[in-house]
Amino acid sequence: MRKLAFSLAAPVGAFLLTLVVSTIALLAFGSSPAEAYGDMLSHAAKLETQVDILNRATPFYLSAVAAAIGFRMNLFNIGVEGQYLMGFLFAAQVGGLISLPQVLHIFVIMVVAMIVGALYAGIAGVLKTTRGVNEVISTIMLNSIAVGGLIAWLQQEWQAELGENFSSTELGTNEIEESGLLPTINGLLEIFTREIGQGKELTGMLLIAVLVGVLYHVLLNRTRFGFDLRASGINPFAARAGGVPPKRMVLAAMMLSGAVAGLIGMVELADRGKFPPDPIQGLGFQGIAVALLGRNNPGGMAFAALLFAFLDVSSGVLDSTGAASREIAVIMQGIVLLTAVIAYGVANRLRERDEAREAAEALAAEREVVPA
Amino acid sequence: MIAKLNDLPAWARWALYAAFGVLLLTIVQSISDTERLTQVATAREMLRFAVPIFLAGLGGLFSERAGVVNIGLEGMLILGMWFGAWGSITYGAWWGLAIGIFGGMLGGLLHAIATVTFQVDHIISGVAINILAPAITRYLSEEIWASPTTSPRTSAVGDWDVPFLAGGTVFGWESPDLLLTISQWEIWYLSDLAQLSRGLLRGTSWVAIIAIALVPFTVWLIWRTRFGLRLRICGEKPAAGEAQGINIIRYKYIAVIISGGLAGLGGAFISTELSGLFQGGNSAGRGFIGLAALIFGNWRPGGVLLGALLFGYVFGLDLRDLDGTASHAMLLVNAIAFAGVGLWAFTRRRKADTIIAAILGVGALFWWIVADTVPSWWSNTLPYVVVLLVLVFFAQRLRMPVSLGMPYRKGET
Amino acid sequence: MTAAIELTGITKRFPGVIANDNVNLTVEKGEIHAVCGENGAGKSTLMKILYGMQAPDEGTMKVNGELVNFSSPTDAIDRGIGMVHQHFMLADQLTVLENIILGAEPTVSGGRINFKEAEAHLSQVADEYGLTIDVNQMVESLEVGERQRVEIIKVLYRGAEILILDEPTAVLVPQEVEALFENMRELKASGATILFIDHKLDEVLEISDSMTVLRHGKTVATMKNDGVTAHELAELMVGSELPTPDTSESTVTDDVALELKDLTVLNEDGRQVVHDINLRIHRGEIVGIAGVEGNGQGELVDAIIGTADIASGTVSFHGRDITRESVRKRREAGLAYVPEDRHHEGLLLSSPLWENAALGHQTQSPYGSNWWLDRDGARAQTELIREQFDVRTPNIDVSAHALSGGNQQKLIIGRELTSDPEVLVAAHPTRGIDVGAQAAVWDDIRAARRNGLATLLISADLDELIGLSDTIVVMLRGEFVATLAPADVTPRDLGAYMTGAALQNGGAA
Repeated sequence: MRKLAFSLAAPVGAFLLTLVVSTIALLAFGSSPAEAYGDMLSHAAKLETQVDILNRATPFYLSAVAAAIGFRMNLFNIGVEGQYLMGFLFAAQVGGLISLPQVLHIFVIMVVAMIVGALYAGIAGVLKTTRGVNEVISTIMLNSIAVGGLIAWLQQEWQAELGENFSSTELGTNEIEESGLLPTINGLLEIFTREIGQGKELTGMLLIAVLVGVLYHVLLNRTRFGFDLRASGINPFAARAGGVPPKRMVLAAMMLSGAVAGLIGMVELADRGKFPPDPIQGLGFQGIAVALLGRNNPGGMAFAALLFAFLDVSSGVLDSTGAASREIAVIMQGIVLLTAVIAYGVANRLRERDEAREAAEALAAEREVVPA
Repeated sequence: MIAKLNDLPAWARWALYAAFGVLLLTIVQSISDTERLTQVATAREMLRFAVPIFLAGLGGLFSERAGVVNIGLEGMLILGMWFGAWGSITYGAWWGLAIGIFGGMLGGLLHAIATVTFQVDHIISGVAINILAPAITRYLSEEIWASPTTSPRTSAVGDWDVPFLAGGTVFGWESPDLLLTISQWEIWYLSDLAQLSRGLLRGTSWVAIIAIALVPFTVWLIWRTRFGLRLRICGEKPAAGEAQGINIIRYKYIAVIISGGLAGLGGAFISTELSGLFQGGNSAGRGFIGLAALIFGNWRPGGVLLGALLFGYVFGLDLRDLDGTASHAMLLVNAIAFAGVGLWAFTRRRKADTIIAAILGVGALFWWIVADTVPSWWSNTLPYVVVLLVLVFFAQRLRMPVSLGMPYRKGET
Repeated sequence: MTAAIELTGITKRFPGVIANDNVNLTVEKGEIHAVCGENGAGKSTLMKILYGMQAPDEGTMKVNGELVNFSSPTDAIDRGIGMVHQHFMLADQLTVLENIILGAEPTVSGGRINFKEAEAHLSQVADEYGLTIDVNQMVESLEVGERQRVEIIKVLYRGAEILILDEPTAVLVPQEVEALFENMRELKASGATILFIDHKLDEVLEISDSMTVLRHGKTVATMKNDGVTAHELAELMVGSELPTPDTSESTVTDDVALELKDLTVLNEDGRQVVHDINLRIHRGEIVGIAGVEGNGQGELVDAIIGTADIASGTVSFHGRDITRESVRKRREAGLAYVPEDRHHEGLLLSSPLWENAALGHQTQSPYGSNWWLDRDGARAQTELIREQFDVRTPNIDVSAHALSGGNQQKLIIGRELTSDPEVLVAAHPTRGIDVGAQAAVWDDIRAARRNGLATLLISADLDELIGLSDTIVVMLRGEFVATLAPADVTPRDLGAYMTGAALQNGGAA
């Protein structure tokens, strides 16, 4: 009960503070907070918006899990962005070149994405274990190398054959055949709701994301590997003395993180059928934010991903209602992140103190009863 | 020989290194089909790219010398870009710079509050600031300029031609342009040296001049003054400072705020001097590259400048290298650099390093021989690759502050 | 004459502990005053309070007869108090001069440090007390004894007249201790008052004029150094009965469990710190390693558990060569390890107790298998350890940092001994824990020995070594210099071997 209070107080406090700050930001430019929040909420109440939110939350969540795997062992994989784009690009290229029966086709594409993501993350892992290069710096550099160079180059190399008077929508890799595209799951949602309108489609990756979340939970809490990983994160020296091979763990965690990162692009791939000339950027960084906000906890990250997606999607309505600038949503994301990490730090310290007091009290009580 | 080199004053030693570097470029250029390696415009572009990188890196130096890792530099740079543009538009160019610094300092303050007061992990806080900063600027741009990503034109503080060397005016009198004359003689090496120098000395932004002046100033401040000593103890062994009654928390705050201010100046330079307007995304990761320059420069101001100029050179060269011949020539420079590193490793009997350097060097040489041009993606990634390679070869030799990144709580030692 | 320091009724509480309970301490001007007590008796806390690093919850402090109230070390420094910390407060990458002047920098305009003036003042101070040091080298290049000298000069530079030395001899080799005592006498002769913390009784009796003994955070005695014996002092420190582990009959068998052959080990810098060591430990045997800290014991332990860089030689378990095997393989082969510093290598402080119990044995039943973690099995086993080893805790779900040091140690001993080990490597198994827990740990190790455990025991507590070991080996500069039978050796003899004194006198057995 007490534990629950401790773990809930921080995010709730952070969110309230965020509301205060964003309200001030809205008032500062003469917008009506009540109207803006009201518009966002009523927009989000619509089923079609909710589909958009789920579609947006799915890559956020995958990205968060990728980052969280590293965080749990104190390994800062800032390179989710680069790993995701590399995995996406290679998977799209391979997927466009082959034709296979549906399930197999999709499977191959995803495996390629995961392998490429893992390998790209593995570079940072190898540099850390063999040459002692800090992973924060190396993953930042690898991001820039991927985004600033490799992606553009490979994309150019793999550009699909264009017709005489091509339109810009033809840019990107070859279109993947239908058999390679993960089906949408509108039907699944419609069991519980009315028919989804406006041509909105719920991504099938949602189910994969849920599966990844469950696997993440099982891996971390139920397997020996997960125990080793967490132990390394809490105290690498004790873990090493306890038989955990530190270098192999760094490499494994890094590559696992990269593999999950490779899946992020699959949402967009299923939607657009190829690696587009303008893939969504920044998902890697937003995933880090979601992981931090959700405290690397599978449930917490799901909640955080939904919150970020809600802010992103529902603020879109502000463009048409004009109640405020839709950019208020990104501000709220940024502030809730900063306040939450601070609040978690404070809550953690309070909880430790509380626990120490409790243990001491229990000891003292016992001493009185049991003569030493 | 080396002992004598070390006896020289720092500026003379650096000048010698620079002259040697240019010699290398000139040699490479004479056996390649490009002239861009030593053109005036190349030097100018180098400086324009280097200034914000250097300012961010120098900001990182303040913060990290005080023990606080600052990957939020990118965010602080972005705040500086926006505030600089806004100040420039509203109050004029110089005010723009000041307000840009102020914007960066706000970012620094946030980072200090999170890391120093609340002991949030430095990386996490930095990531949060990097996410928050562009969000704030988008909102403010939308509200003030009705566009989330672009501002109206800004005004710049202007530039300066150095008299006599680069033909600047003295009290209205146009002085001779000595370096131009020398470059027109077309003497091998000498004219190349003159061209590159002229690129740095003609049409030099005041911000660049300020930035360069910050090198000796920072050396003085950090290594010669009481403030500097106390700032360094925060990064080396804060408990020792605390035991002598030094208010570690205050120094860490000051350092991180200065850090933000410098990154902010770099951002203001980007928006008001380079682009002439605020444009979202124009930071182009320069905060991160500044961090790379900081590591490359081994947490020393001169080293940071060198790193920034090196990265600036590669970016600047690429910008003007439409046919890819200059980048192609750079491959040969790379090969020579690897040969140097390999030799260094070999004399130190570091087998693995020697082999890696040899493979990379031969690879670069081979590529140079077989290809006529190099795709632009290669030069786009070169600075980052350089950083990775520096870390691969020298990670163990770099001397970062001992307590960098460690949480500090008063009275816990 | 007013006392230099007069502390009355000092009380300091931390969550769950009372570190100082109504402590009184009076130090006369110009004397050397020792504060002694066991680990955890509250000595360091008291010194931190006196130096303004922590504020007392209750009590008053007088310096030179004036009531003072320190809120930071600066206040203490202003009153002429200086402190030399046990863990040196020096920055490796700053010069000696920078380290010394830090916080008291002479400056000229613009905050620029006047290095000339600093150096002049420094050499004046150094000459006065006969302390020499090259001030422009980096601290990282200094030996331990030199670092301590820098620390003392640092205090004198500030014009301190009252010096607090926190366990100054803990890190020194005997010759350096002699040099330190010589310096202390000179300081006293020039009018300084010295307050020093120590728990090595012979040292206390050699150098101090008077002493105060603390036990469990309380003052138990204050006396002059005239005719007090080491035994009396020891009894005051630990309470009425001196717990010494008593030797029981031998359980040593002929079966070699752990064997080291010509073992040479490198430290992190690649320097050779253990040379050509040979050792056999049989089932049912405890071999104790005596030695001043830093003579290669740590690297020897690392080599056995599998985290060190072995240059040559072999380690074998029951005749099986495991020199190149991983820590995990060794663990699974029956290696148990009680690390020197439980917070550093022993525990996951923020994890629940049952996860801490599983650490090191997570691949083995009942904690788990190669693939899965068995939460129920681990919890049941932890409950068992809690009961058998008397770990005092509200439940097994609290984090490890909530427990007291003694209970943390009992948990570690419990998890290692319940894993049916063949070989136990125990480094300082009773360091920093209270007397009751200490006796329990001894009993546990002895019981395990009866069941055939082969143990390598490393300890700085010589009574512990003599009481528990079947054989004692003395380690000096990375080599075994003597093998002794505990039955006919005293702590004093052992000390002579450890410092090399016995060898110089030709007394090697």
